Amino acid sequence: MNGVFDTVLSAGMAILTATVLMAFLRLVKGPSLPDRVVALDIMSVTALGIIALYVMDTGEVIFLDVALIVALVSFLGTVAFAYYVERGQRESGGSE
Amino acid sequence: MIQDAVGAALILVGALFMGIAGIGLLRMPDLFMRMSCTTKASTLGMGFLMMAVAVRFPNLGTMTRALAITLFVFLTSPVAAHMIARAAYVSGVPLWKKTVADQLCNQYDRCTCTLESCPLVDDGELKDSREAGIGEEMATTPEDKKPKSK
Repeated sequence: MNGVFDTVLSAGMAILTATVLMAFLRLVKGPSLPDRVVALDIMSVTALGIIALYVMDTGEVIFLDVALIVALVSFLGTVAFAYYVERGQRESGGSE
Repeated sequence: MIQDAVGAALILVGALFMGIAGIGLLRMPDLFMRMSCTTKASTLGMGFLMMAVAVRFPNLGTMTRALAITLFVFLTSPVAAHMIARAAYVSGVPLWKKTVADQLCNQYDRCTCTLESCPLVDDGELKDSREAGIGEEMATTPEDKKPKSK
């Protein structure tokens, strides 16, 4: 049973790595700035999943605190980017 | 033994949801459709993975942390997605060319930067003209966008 669990853990890690790669492709070729912000958001949520898999692999429960901080910083970064995009449009729209 | 089985099932489901989110992020044709699939699927997949952690280590501190992370992401992810979608719509990110309905079409004033709720709905004649305006913009938007992008 332990071998099955380790196999599932490796498969999950492979899928999450593929997700990070796909999000990185969207980050590189995203046509607009909000596309890139969404790709960064998905990359951080996938990082939370990778941290969860790592916790289950090694048993180091202390990394869940790191996951909480990553979630907090990701939310603040996304909100800051949204505010920046909207305010930049607002200032350019007001000057026109 | 049963913990391993339940944990493995939760890991598999969560990883598959996050993989679906990645595929949708890469393959969907539009920013808003991309956000529609990635935000929900990745949040749900992360919740499944945290539940797998809580099943795998059934003590109080670990389960509380896993539940706290899940609740925090479930609370903040829709807020962040709504702010990004609003900023993207306001800054004029183009919609997919086969989009059927754009309900905010003429309701955003780019000069005053205000979003009217439904300005022309009380007058039947004006409402008809607004619907005609939506259809006209739907017809003209792809041809307007294509020469600019190329």
